[in-house]
Amino acid sequence: MSAPLAAHGAAVAFGDRRLWGGLDLELAAGEFLAVLGPNGAGKSTFLRAALGQQPLSAGSMSVLGRPVGRPDRTVGYVPQQKSMGAATPLRARDLVGLGVDGGRYGLRRRSRAERARIEEALAAVGAQAYADAPIGLLSGGEQQRVRIAQALVGDPQLLLCDEPLLSLDLGHQRAVSAVIDRRRREHGTAVVFVTHEINPVLDLVDRVLYIAGGRHRLGTPAEVFTSASLSDLYGTPVDVLTVQGRIVVVGTPDHALAASRHHDLPAGAGALHR
Amino acid sequence: MTEVFSFEDYGRLLALVHGSLVAAALLGVIGGLVGVFVQMRDMQFAVHGISELSFAGAAGALLLGVNVALGSVLGSLLAGLLIGLLGVRARDRNSVIGVLMPFGLGLGVLFLALYDGRAANKFGLLTGQVVSVGTVQLGWLAGLSVVVLGGLALIWRPLTFVSADPEVAAARGMPAGPLSVVFTLLLALAVSVAVQVIGALLVLALLVTPAAAALRVTASPVLAPLLSAAFGVVSAVGGILVALGTSVPISPFVTTISFLIYLVCRVASGRRARRGWGSRDVHPAPAEEAVDNSSHMSLR
Repeated sequence: MSAPLAAHGAAVAFGDRRLWGGLDLELAAGEFLAVLGPNGAGKSTFLRAALGQQPLSAGSMSVLGRPVGRPDRTVGYVPQQKSMGAATPLRARDLVGLGVDGGRYGLRRRSRAERARIEEALAAVGAQAYADAPIGLLSGGEQQRVRIAQALVGDPQLLLCDEPLLSLDLGHQRAVSAVIDRRRREHGTAVVFVTHEINPVLDLVDRVLYIAGGRHRLGTPAEVFTSASLSDLYGTPVDVLTVQGRIVVVGTPDHALAASRHHDLPAGAGALHR
Repeated sequence: MTEVFSFEDYGRLLALVHGSLVAAALLGVIGGLVGVFVQMRDMQFAVHGISELSFAGAAGALLLGVNVALGSVLGSLLAGLLIGLLGVRARDRNSVIGVLMPFGLGLGVLFLALYDGRAANKFGLLTGQVVSVGTVQLGWLAGLSVVVLGGLALIWRPLTFVSADPEVAAARGMPAGPLSVVFTLLLALAVSVAVQVIGALLVLALLVTPAAAALRVTASPVLAPLLSAAFGVVSAVGGILVALGTSVPISPFVTTISFLIYLVCRVASGRRARRGWGSRDVHPAPAEEAVDNSSHMSLR
C-alpha cells in the first residue's frame, strides 16, 4: 500500500524566501506526525501543499500514491477553528453531512446508510447532545469536535488538522486529541497535526516535523527535542528542558512573539511549548 | 384622501389582478430561496447594486420603446457578471458595487428624463408597478423564475458547502469561483423579476427580509428555505390583496408585511436563545449574549 502522505525533496519558496525545502517524508498508516515551529515558519503551508493548494517550488508530494491536487474524501481536513456566522442555516449534523455529499450537484435525499454514517461520526466524537444545535451557536470545543466528525465521516486514510487545539480549554484539548488518537489506532488513519504546543499531544506523537528559519528537523520527539538538535536548527543556543514530563524550549529567537501569545506566562519565560 | 381603504368592488378588482398575484407569488418563492444564500454569503449590498443597474436597463428599454423586461434582465445580468467576476472577495465586491450603483442609478434617471411617455411607467420602475403585469410580461417573469429555480436546485448543495464552510470545501477541491459567478447570475435574474414587480428601490424587502427572518427562527437547511419562501409569498401576495382595497401603491404594504414578519421572528428567536437549542444547556458566549440583549432592548 502506498504511503498516506509522501514528500520527496519538497520545497516551498516565495520569491527568494524559502519556507522549507529538501523535505523527504513517508508517513506510515496510523502514524501521528506533529508539525511544529514558530509563527510564519510554514506549518500551515505544509498542509496546504499536502492539499494541493500550494504549488511546490521543487520536489513532489503525493497522497496515497497519487500526486496532490486531486482531493477527495480519502483526505479529511480539519481547518483552524473560527466562528461560523450565526445566520448559517446548518445544524451540527448538517455540517457533518456536507462531508458526505457536499460536493454533489442536484437535489437528493440521503440514503439510510448515509444518515447512519453521520450518526456514527457524531457519536464517535461525542457530539450527539448538540447534533441539532445551530453550528453558529456551538462553543469552540463543540465546533471542533463536529469538524472532526465531518472529516471522519468520509472514512479518510489521511487526516490533516490545522491547529485543532487552538483556543480550547484543557478538557476539550484532551477530548479532541483522544478522538483523533482512537481513529488512527482503530482505522489506521495517518494523522498530520499542525500545532504550536507539543505537550498536549506528546504521548500520542510518533514523529515530529519541526520547521524554523527555512530548515527542518524530522524524527521522534526524543530525537528532535534536544538542546543540540534545536540549537542547530535555530542557529543559536537553545535549551530544551523536561519539567514534570513536559517539554520546555527556552531561548528561541521567536521567544518574544511566543511570550506575547502565552500571556498567562511570566514575561521572558521564552518559547514554552506547554 | 378621505377614504384610503375601500373594499367595494373587491371581487371585480381581484379578477383584474390575477396575473399580478401569480407574478407576486413567483417572486415570493424565488426571492425567499435566493435570499437564504444572500444571507449566508453577506450579499445584501450586491442585491441593492444589481437592482439599480436593472432599473437603468429597464429605463433604457422604456426610452427605446423595446421590451422593458428584456432591458431589466440585461441590466441585471451585466451587473451580476461584473460583481461576480471582479468581486470574488467580499471587500472587493463591495467597492465594485459602490462604484456601479450610482452609475446605474444616474443612467436610469437620465433615460427617464428623456422619456416622454406615461409618467406612471417612470415611477413604477422605482417603486413598483405590479398592477400592470400583462400576459406578455407574466410570461417573462415565469420563464425567469423557472431558470432561477432550476439553477438553484442544481447547485444548492455545493453552493451551501462553499458558502458556509469555504476552507473544507476548498480542501475538497470545490470550484468556489465558478459557483460564485453562477449564483450571482441567478441572483441577478431574481432581482430583475423583483424590479419589474415591486420596483428597484424595494427589492430588498423580498430578497433579503424573508430569509433574514427565517434564519432567526431555524437553522435547518430544509426548513429555512421553505420558511423563507413562505414569508416571501405572504408578503408579496398579501401586499397586493391589502393594497387592492386602497388608493395607495402596493409596495408599502409588501415592505410592511415583510418587516412585520421579521419583527415577529426576531422576538421569537430571542426567546429561543434564552431557552437554549438542542437537548443540552447552552450558555452562549458572553459577547454574543451582550449583543443579543441589546438588540432585544432596542426592540422594546
